[in-house]
Amino acid sequence: MDHTAQEERAAGPSRSERLSALAQQHGALVTLIVAVAAASVGFDTFMTADNMANMAVSSAFLAVVALGMTFVIVTGGIDLSVGSLFALGGVLAAWGSRYGTAVALLLPLAVCGLIGLVNGLLIARARLAPFIVTLAAMLAARGILLSVTDEGSKTYLVDKDSFFATLGQGKVLGIGAPVWITGALFVVGAVVLRRTRFGQYVYAVGGNEDAAALMGAPVARTKITVYTVSGLCAGLAGALNAAWLVSGVTILGSGMELEAISAVVIGGTLLTGGFGFISGSLVGVLLLKVIQNVINQIGSLDSAYQQVVSGAFLAVVVIAQTWLGRRRRVL
Amino acid sequence: MTDIALGRTAADRDRLLRLLQNYGVYVGVAVLLLVNTAFTPHFLSGENFRTQAVQVAPVLIVALGMALAIGSEGVDLSVGSVMALSTSLVSLYLGYGMWVALIVALLGGMVVGLANGSLIAFIGVQPIVATLALMVAGRGLALVLLPQLKDVRDPTMASLGSGDLLGIPYLVLIATALALLVAFVVRRTTFGRQLLAIGDSRPAALLAGLPVRRVLIIVYVACGALAALAGVLATARLSASDPTSLGNLMELSAITAVVVGGTPLSGGRVRIGGTVAGAVLIQLLTATLIKHDLPPSWTQIAQAVVIVLAVCAARERGKR
Repeated sequence: MDHTAQEERAAGPSRSERLSALAQQHGALVTLIVAVAAASVGFDTFMTADNMANMAVSSAFLAVVALGMTFVIVTGGIDLSVGSLFALGGVLAAWGSRYGTAVALLLPLAVCGLIGLVNGLLIARARLAPFIVTLAAMLAARGILLSVTDEGSKTYLVDKDSFFATLGQGKVLGIGAPVWITGALFVVGAVVLRRTRFGQYVYAVGGNEDAAALMGAPVARTKITVYTVSGLCAGLAGALNAAWLVSGVTILGSGMELEAISAVVIGGTLLTGGFGFISGSLVGVLLLKVIQNVINQIGSLDSAYQQVVSGAFLAVVVIAQTWLGRRRRVL
Repeated sequence: MTDIALGRTAADRDRLLRLLQNYGVYVGVAVLLLVNTAFTPHFLSGENFRTQAVQVAPVLIVALGMALAIGSEGVDLSVGSVMALSTSLVSLYLGYGMWVALIVALLGGMVVGLANGSLIAFIGVQPIVATLALMVAGRGLALVLLPQLKDVRDPTMASLGSGDLLGIPYLVLIATALALLVAFVVRRTTFGRQLLAIGDSRPAALLAGLPVRRVLIIVYVACGALAALAGVLATARLSASDPTSLGNLMELSAITAVVVGGTPLSGGRVRIGGTVAGAVLIQLLTATLIKHDLPPSWTQIAQAVVIVLAVCAARERGKR
């Protein structure tokens, strides 16, 4: 008896362990498929090319933000500044677009990346709580945004015929340019997290910081890098969004940090760190957008219901995750 | 000789840091008061003090609940949404009289707190995530109940918002009484001691046989009730229910007031006097910048800098 149990353990995780790991990894995907199937049966307008294309493009911006957030959350941290950085990136890109596409892209990346770097330095070197540091950055970035736009009264427009606008509005093979860009970024992100030494460090730091440091992982540098990446992603997403809307809109991005965190968590990444998937975050974003789309289709329900449903959904996912996670730890 | 000198310097430095963390916020308030007295016209008027005090009252009431949550090594991000929810409920139930509306609003806040507390205490979800879900859902719920701004015309509510007793506004009296009550609970009751023990180390508190779950539930229910009360008072002061914007970023202001006041985010200590001073500090900072025609954007940047400095000071002490 003992012998077989030992053999089983040597052969790998037990059946129920594998099942809960599978649920954690692919639960969101299964839910997404069910939601899409139900929506296409329930609404004639859901599975149309127009609706799909629209949903894909509007998901793209949130997805890029969620990509950076995934790295942060896998290290066991959190980044509350992304919504503000998204808005700031958009305004800077719209302002910079008059000097050409390079400025429109590099300016938001430089500023948002720098704010992310400062976040990382304060968290990794000064050892302050991530949630407080990024909260302060959220306020500060919103403040910078307001002073750039004369307290929010000025809107910068992007020239519709510029190459920069094409990045947002153009189409390749019938699919919007932002969708292609986002797809490429996710492939790069997944490869970096899964196949590089840096990715290993990210998991190690999130799993157990002290152990990671003892094994020689550069803990501080890894943390600084993930917050910089998160800032860059938020800035880029804002820039692409500005190109799509052909203007830098100041009021965007509030509450986006919550959407991004929700998407990452729904995608199976644990907020305690050390465990997560890039692909899951993409599924999480799509699931949130499908829910929003369905609620929009039910004409009588408005955006307030979207918030209620998203919040309830997040709660359910987190409860399920905590149970699955506890089970795995106990076994 | 050098060693002794160095030792003294290090000890002095430690003492200075501890003093800075414990009393820095009072120094900050004093400095702002002096600067304003010197440079702001009409600052030293009863009318101005009254305005400032009335504005700080709702923030302080929310911050008192937040101090309890942070003391238990948690946090409550849903307080702004609870304020929105309570303002919606007040509008819906005002037809039955102010007291009914007040009780329904408080119950609403307590239900949210119960949900937060259950997720945290029974299921073991991190406080930041548990309250995040209700932060998202709470404001949505508030808007479902009351889709847009609505005027509140009720004489009792109006007098609650703008009336006073012996020249002191009701809002200020209520906030002061609550601050004293919370300070008493934290310092002098068994519940307060249990709360701090849990904040210090939850596993140790469990091993010591403390009723960890019950205490955590009470903390978040209290936090929800206080936020709901703040929502009612803000509604009374503004004579309007505005679920879209009431309580926006309130969680940030409350957390700032608590942290600036010397309560460490790592739990185990609660400083109510500091929290009061922290709320006053933020209010004075905002008022100062606005009075001198500096744009609102500067207020946000200043608040961010204050948060980081306060947390830096707290960290130095926490490490010792």
